[in-house]
Amino acid sequence: MSSVRVLAGTRKGAFVLTSDGARRNWEVAGPHFPGWEVFHVKGSPADPNRIYAAQHTDWFGQVVQRSDDGGRTWNAVGNDFAYEGETGTHLWYDGTPHPWEFKRVWHVEPSPSDPDTVYAGVEDAALFRSTDGGKSWGEVSGLRRHPTGPQWQPGAGGLCLHTVLLAPNDPKRLYTAISAAGAFRSDDAGESWRPVNRGLQSEGFLPEPDAEVGHCVHRLAMHPARPDVLFMQKHWDVMRSDDAGESWREISGNLPSDFGFPVEVHAHEPDTVYVVPIKSDSEHYPPDGRLRVYRSRTGGDEWEALTEGLPQRDCYVNVLRDAMTVDTLDPCGVYFGTTGGQVYVSPDAGDTWMPIVRDLPAVLSVEVQTLP
Amino acid sequence: MVRVVLPQPLAALARIDREQTVEVQGAATQRAVIDALETAYPVLRGTIRDSATHRRRAYLRFFACGLDLSHEAPDALLPEEVAAGREPFLVVGAMAGG
Repeated sequence: MSSVRVLAGTRKGAFVLTSDGARRNWEVAGPHFPGWEVFHVKGSPADPNRIYAAQHTDWFGQVVQRSDDGGRTWNAVGNDFAYEGETGTHLWYDGTPHPWEFKRVWHVEPSPSDPDTVYAGVEDAALFRSTDGGKSWGEVSGLRRHPTGPQWQPGAGGLCLHTVLLAPNDPKRLYTAISAAGAFRSDDAGESWRPVNRGLQSEGFLPEPDAEVGHCVHRLAMHPARPDVLFMQKHWDVMRSDDAGESWREISGNLPSDFGFPVEVHAHEPDTVYVVPIKSDSEHYPPDGRLRVYRSRTGGDEWEALTEGLPQRDCYVNVLRDAMTVDTLDPCGVYFGTTGGQVYVSPDAGDTWMPIVRDLPAVLSVEVQTLP
Repeated sequence: MVRVVLPQPLAALARIDREQTVEVQGAATQRAVIDALETAYPVLRGTIRDSATHRRRAYLRFFACGLDLSHEAPDALLPEEVAAGREPFLVVGAMAGG
C-alpha cells in the first residue's frame, strides 16, 4: 500500500510525518536539528531516500544536511556558497548600492533525474547547484549577472531567491522567483536568464507599469503535464501564464483577498489550483480570522472556499510560501503548515481537512513524498 | 594543545563534546585555533567564521581568562594560560531572543 512522508521545516527544527495512503493516522519524528531554523526540506524524486535540508541560524550561519535513509539519519554536507567572481552590488532598502552577501538558503530543489544534483535558492538572491550530493556548490551565476541585477532591491523578507521550478519537458528550462525582483526563466540550463514579468501590475510601489523587474513574486507553481502553464501568487494578485511566463493575466476573481504566499496545483487536474488568502501585507493572517484554502477548478478566476476541518473563528496564523504541497495519490492529498505550528492534511483534494500536528514551532515549509 | 569550549548547538552539529583539545600549528592565535578546530571537524567550517570573509560571525563572542577577546585581531596572541592549555578558549553564542 502506498504511503506518504511529509517533511516539515520549522523555526526550531525539522519534522518527518508519516502515514499510510489513507492519510488518517500519523507518526511524528523529530525535531531534527533542534533549535535551528529549517527553511526547507525536500526529497529527491529520483531517490526518495535522498533528502536535503537547509538549516540556519543567525548565530552559526548556514548548514546543509543530507539524509540517505528517508530522513532517519542525517549528515552535514557542504555549506560554502561563494558567489562567482566579482560580486557587484544590488540596491539596498534606501536605494544605495549594497554588495551581495550570502545569508541563507531558502529553497532546495533536487533534480528529478539525478539524486546528486540539487539546486539551492539563496539570499542575497542567487542560484547555486551541486552535482555531488550537496558536498560542494557552484553558483549558476548567469542569473545574478543579469543586467538588471544591480537594480534588484530586497523586500521586507530580504532579497531571497525562494522558488526554483525545473521544467519536466525540457531539462534546459528553469524558472526562478526572487522577492522583490520578479520571475526569471532560463532556456539554456542556467547559462542565461531573462525576466518573465510582463503583465504583472505592482502599482503600489512600481510607478512604471511595464517595469521589467521589481515585482514581488511570492511563489510560482506548475503542473508537470502542462509545464507552459504557470500560476503565481504575487504580493497582491494571483496570476496565470499560458505561455511559459511570456505574459501574465490576473485570475484573482472572487478571492476574499488576493494577497498570500503559496500557490499549488492538484497532482492530477492541471486546472485545479489552491491558494490561501491572507488579509494584507501588513496583517499576515486570514481575512475575518477564518482559515480558508481557496480552490479553483477552472484554472483561476472562480474560487471556492474550503473550510471543513479548518478553524473558522479567531484564527490569526500565516501560511508561508513554501508551506503548501500536494501528494500524487488518488484522491490527491493537499498539505499546508502555519506559523502557529499546525500542519493540516486534506486526503480528498481539499474537501475536508484535519491537523496532523497542532503544536510545532512556526512552520516554514512543507513538502511531501509519495512512496510506493 | 589548546582547549576550546563550543556552544552546545555546534557541539551537537559536530557530534562531539563541548570541550575539545586541538593542536595548534605555530603561535596560539584565534585564527590558528579555529583553523585547527575546522581541520579536525570540517562540519564547523562557516559556523564560527564567515566562509567568505573569515570574520567572526556577528552573534558569536570569544572569551578566555575572564577577558572578551572578540575584537582582538585574528592573529593576536592568545593569553599564555590558553596557549599552555591551562584555561580554555570559549566560543560563546550571544544572548539574543528568538
